[in-house]
This record gives sequence, structure tokens and C-alpha cells, in this order.
Amino acid sequence: MLFIDFLKNYGPQLLKGSVTTIEQTILAATLAIMIAVAMGLMRLSRNRLVYGTATVYIEVFRGTSLLVQVYWIFFVLPLFGLTLEKFTAGFIAVGMNLGAYGAELVRGGILSVPRGQWEAATALSMSPGVRMRRIIFPQALLNMLPPWGNLLIELLKGTALVALISVTDLMFVARKINSTTYLSAQVFGTALILYYIMSRAMITPLMRWLERLMARKVGKRL
Amino acid sequence: MFDWRWEFVGEILPRLFRATGNTVLAALLGYGIAMVLGLVFALAQRTRFPLVNRAIREFVEFVRSTPLILQIFFAFYVGPQFGVMLSPWTAGMAAIGLHYASYLSEVYRGGIDSVPKGQWEAATSLSLSPVRTYSRIIIPQAVPPAFAGMGNYLVGIFKDTPMLSVIGVAELMHTANSIGSEYYRFLEPYTLVGLIFLAISLPTAGLLRKAEAKIRRKMGLR
Amino acid sequence: MKKTVFHYPLKLEGEKIPLVRFHNVTKRYGDLVVLDSLDLDVEEGEMVAIIGPSGSGKTTVLRMLMALEKINDGIIYVDGEPMTHMEKNGGLVWADDKYLRKQRLNIGMCFQHFNLFPHMTALENCIEAPIQVLGLSKQDAVRRAEELLDMVGLLEKAHEHPSRLSGGQQQRVAIARSLAMRPKVLLLDEVTSALDPEVIGEVTQVIRKLVQKHNLTMLMVTHQMGFAREISDRTCFFYDGKIEEQGPPDQIFGDPRKERTQQFLSAVLEAN
Repeated sequence: MLFIDFLKNYGPQLLKGSVTTIEQTILAATLAIMIAVAMGLMRLSRNRLVYGTATVYIEVFRGTSLLVQVYWIFFVLPLFGLTLEKFTAGFIAVGMNLGAYGAELVRGGILSVPRGQWEAATALSMSPGVRMRRIIFPQALLNMLPPWGNLLIELLKGTALVALISVTDLMFVARKINSTTYLSAQVFGTALILYYIMSRAMITPLMRWLERLMARKVGKRL
Repeated sequence: MFDWRWEFVGEILPRLFRATGNTVLAALLGYGIAMVLGLVFALAQRTRFPLVNRAIREFVEFVRSTPLILQIFFAFYVGPQFGVMLSPWTAGMAAIGLHYASYLSEVYRGGIDSVPKGQWEAATSLSLSPVRTYSRIIIPQAVPPAFAGMGNYLVGIFKDTPMLSVIGVAELMHTANSIGSEYYRFLEPYTLVGLIFLAISLPTAGLLRKAEAKIRRKMGLR
Repeated sequence: MKKTVFHYPLKLEGEKIPLVRFHNVTKRYGDLVVLDSLDLDVEEGEMVAIIGPSGSGKTTVLRMLMALEKINDGIIYVDGEPMTHMEKNGGLVWADDKYLRKQRLNIGMCFQHFNLFPHMTALENCIEAPIQVLGLSKQDAVRRAEELLDMVGLLEKAHEHPSRLSGGQQQRVAIARSLAMRPKVLLLDEVTSALDPEVIGEVTQVIRKLVQKHNLTMLMVTHQMGFAREISDRTCFFYDGKIEEQGPPDQIFGDPRKERTQQFLSAVLEAN
């Protein structure tokens, strides 16, 4: 079968799967960002309990495999009374996993803000809350953006694993088509190209735009 | 809620431990391939021919931007489509080795780029051959900054081995799935798999951090 | 440490109390004693210049007054009230963070490296704390900030980001920013040390204005000996965490009594 014909026949299905992949990515990313900010800030606390809780979370989610976590959340959690629908289980697992990595980026970003900024804010009698919210975090955000770009691509790649719990994303659709047609090169090749487009032609430009936006807020010309 | 059966744990642990051996083997083998291939990719981007450099670069980017699990399927199914039969191990190692080679090539590039320009100039002024320059001057200085990244990916590849389960490689995840479907109990197998991963990845990460500090000290760097 | 009750006076009483009093203040970093049982009074409206070699404790004096770090021993009073300690059950204990924040409102500080907030314009830098901390309305804060920026000669740069301003301009904005909080005491920590020579003048001009027209109480750590001599009411020479010698600038610079003071001043003159 010519590649053009292949695309005509199976393209729409693959695109539909891609939409699900994008949905998973956006939902997982939102969750990951929230977790990353929370855990990152907690890791800066001097309170042992707060710091410890965040550390345990981060080490557990970074020390085990995303695939294992996906399976665990979908198959084992119901035994504890929490049954999640597969779509939900999928993006929650991905979000919680990458949120753990993101926490270190948040912490790193905050620590990279020069000491003088903390002191100037203190000298102006700002409370820790005001200082973090208005002075430190905005500057940390600008520093954090490049590594977050890479993290979001990892997140996109991570969503492919939800196909293994039968979420009908791009990966799942590709496998299905392969199992019926065995046109492996075409279907998996196209899927690879679609993921590539989502990474390099969607996420990367988005992050670059965000970086330019933040830089303008700081008065720099990027 | 849930009932954890310790006798069951006792029954399945031996099987899981044997499978762990396979997992570790897969990780080390894959990483070995990645280390060598990654160096090839890194150096291949420094040739005198801009077209070659560009082509390799794009290829590496492509591999890095697409999901490993998809690449594993591709490697496993494409062969048979054209009459070449690959065993799960071969296909798996090829895919995972290639995927991590592209990560490591970036780490190597970063390490090599971090060596000050003056070092190259000094080597040239002493008439050192390219081979000697790389092996005696550049690469030793590229290692400390690259070490952290390399360590991270070693732990990473170990955690990605469960993906090989989907093409039938008898590693830890695959064994846990088998046990789960045989006995209709997923709680203990999946939890144990998670714990085994933690038990291996956390100490490894700790040791790598110590090793990195040692290397830095030995080379007189900060 | 928290539970210890100290028996210093709860307030400074009397007709003419100093605006700032350091009493027996010691600051240690591990084994290193940076301030050694320091006693120092600053009267209202006084401009005190602090000079000395590096490591003598001069910057630490300012940092302790601003409570950027805690002292190990002694007590500091600002406008009669303890700064480093707070009252509890009729005695004094070490101040907690909340109390320190309140007391810090009395003190303003300008830093060697300006520390302007890069993601805000000059004007926004000056209105941020008045709005967030003092609760001023945006209108009032802007009005106050514009007055101050005008005073330091930078009103037309109000909407520029720090990255577009020269070092001298940034430092002037920093001064306006501290003044926007209407502190009783202004601390200047080597505010010209990071500036190119040609812009030092614009900053010293502003400081001169503050001294002459506004009678602001100031402590200034500086290496600009000529300026210190011209502008200060009193000069303190620090050495090894203690005040080696202090007095009217003409006396310190013109006729130093102590040997270390003489050595320091001649070394500084050599360098120039």
C-alpha cells in the first residue's frame, strides 16, 4: 500500500489519537506544574516535616518507573478504595511523576535568584509571603523556563505509556492499526513523526514564546 | 480495604529476584550500547562537513523527541515486515540503546563544549594529533561536568526497562504482569516491583553523587 | 536562646536619647568575632561615616542594624525602643521575625550592588513596598515615588527597567526606593564602590542633598575618604570589630591620634 493511501485510510484515526495525547499532555502538565511549585517551595522550608514530606514524595516518584506508577495507580489503587477511570489514572500518574522532577527545577530556579534580591526585599520590610510572591518567584520563573521546556517534552513522551492501560491516545491507535494491518513501518513511523511535530513544532515554540514574554517583563531584549 | 498476603510475597519473591537480574542486565547492556553510540553521535556532529553534522543533529533530536516505547515497538515490528526477525531482546536493546545514545550524545557535547577554548589551542600549539588531543586532553576534562548527566541517565535507563515488557522481554515488569494474571493478585507484585526499583535506584543515585564529588576533587575542580 | 530573659532597659528614657544605640553588641561567625562588644550612639540628624579596612566589621554594623542577621550578644535600640529584643512579661527576650519586620520599618538600606528588582520599572520598584507593606493606595504610592525620583533627578526614567539604567542611575533609584518607606535612619553600604568613577558624583550629589536639605540620620560605610570628610558629622574608624577612633572628620582625617588610623589613612592616600 502506498504511503499516501495509508495516510488517507488511517490518518484521521491517528490524528484523533493525537488529540487524546494532547489532552493528556495538557492535563498532566497542569497537575505537574501545581505539584512542582508546591513541592519545590516545600523543599525550601526549614520545617523538618514539610521538607521531609516533599523529599519523600520526590524520591519515591523519581526513584520508580513511570510505567510501574501508571500500572500501580490503575490496578492497585482500586484495592485501597480509589478507583480511577483510565483516562484520569493516566494523566494523574504522568502529572505526579513529572511533578516530582519539576519540583527540583522550581527549587533550583528560586535558589538561582541572587541573594541581594532577598536582602533588598527584607530591607524594605516585606513579609516572606510578599517577598516570594512579588520579588523572588517572578525572577525564578524566568530562570526556570528553559529546563521546563525539556520537562514538558518528557511529559509528552510519558503520556504514550497510558496506551498500556488502554487510553485511546496516539500510541494506542498506532498499536491497534498495527495489529490489524501489520504495516508497522508506516503506522509507527507516522506516529513517530506526529510525536516529533508535537514536541518540536508545538512545545518548543511555545516555550520560546514564553521565554520572550518573560524577558520582556524584565526589560531585557532576547 | 486491602489485604496484604505475606505468604504470597514469599512465593513470588524468588521469581521477582530472578527477573531483577534480567532487568539489571538489560539496563547495563543498553547503557553500554548507549555510551559507545552516544560518543559516535557526539563526535559525528563535530566533523568538517556541515551537512553531516546537521543530519546527525536532526536525527538525534528526532530520537530524543519521540517516546521510547514507540521506538521499541518500531524496532520490534518493522523487522518482520521486511522479513527480518528480531528477538525481543535484540529489538529492545537496539531501541533502548539508540534512545539513550541520543541523550548521552547531548551530555557528551555539553561536556566537550565546557572545555575552555584555550585547551584546544594549547594542544594544537604542541602539535598533538586529533586522537591524542581528544583522548588525553579534552575528554578527561569533559568527564566531570558530564558525569552528573551520565549518572542520571544510568538510573533513567534502569527505570525505563519495564517498557521492554510490552514486547515480551522477561524482565521485572513482565514477570509481575505474568504473576498478576496467573494468581489474579496485582497488589503484591506491583508494589514489590516498585519497592525493588526504589531499593536499587536510590542507593545507586546516592553512590553516583559521591562518585561525582570524588572525581571533581581528584581533578582539582570545584 | 528564646527563653532567656535579658535585663536591659525596656525603653531608653530621657530628654535627649540617641536615635540609634548599639550597646555591647557582639557578632560572631563561628570562631571569628566580627563585632566585638561594640558601643555606638547615633544622634538624630547625624551623618556618621564608617571607614576601615575590609574585615573590620563596618558592613556588619549596618547589617546588624537592619537585622539582616541576628547579633550574638548585646542589644540595639532604635528611637528608644529595642530592635533586637522584644518585651515579654516585663522582660526582654530575643525578637521574633514578626517583631523584627515591624522594627525594620524604621531603617532603610542601600546596597553596594543596588539590588533593584529587575522585573519592575524604576517607579514600580519604588511603589512596591509602600503598597504591599505600608498599605498605601496606588495613587499615594505613585505620588510619593514620583517626588522622590524627581529629587534624585530620574523622574523621566520612571518607566525604565533597571537593565536600561547605568550603575549611577540604578543606585539613585535604590536610594529613592528606600526613602519611599520614610525610614528614620538610612544605611548606605559602600554605595559607590561598584560604580564607574564618572558616575560616582551623581550619587554623592544625592547624598549631599539628603544631608543638607533633609537632615536625615545616616550611617554610611564608604571608601570615598574625601566625601566622608566633607559630608559627615562624625567619622568612625573601625578595626578588628571595634571602633578604634572616632570624632569630627577634620580631626580623624587631619590629625589621627591612633597609630592604626594613621596607617590606614596613609595606605589609602598611597593608593590614590
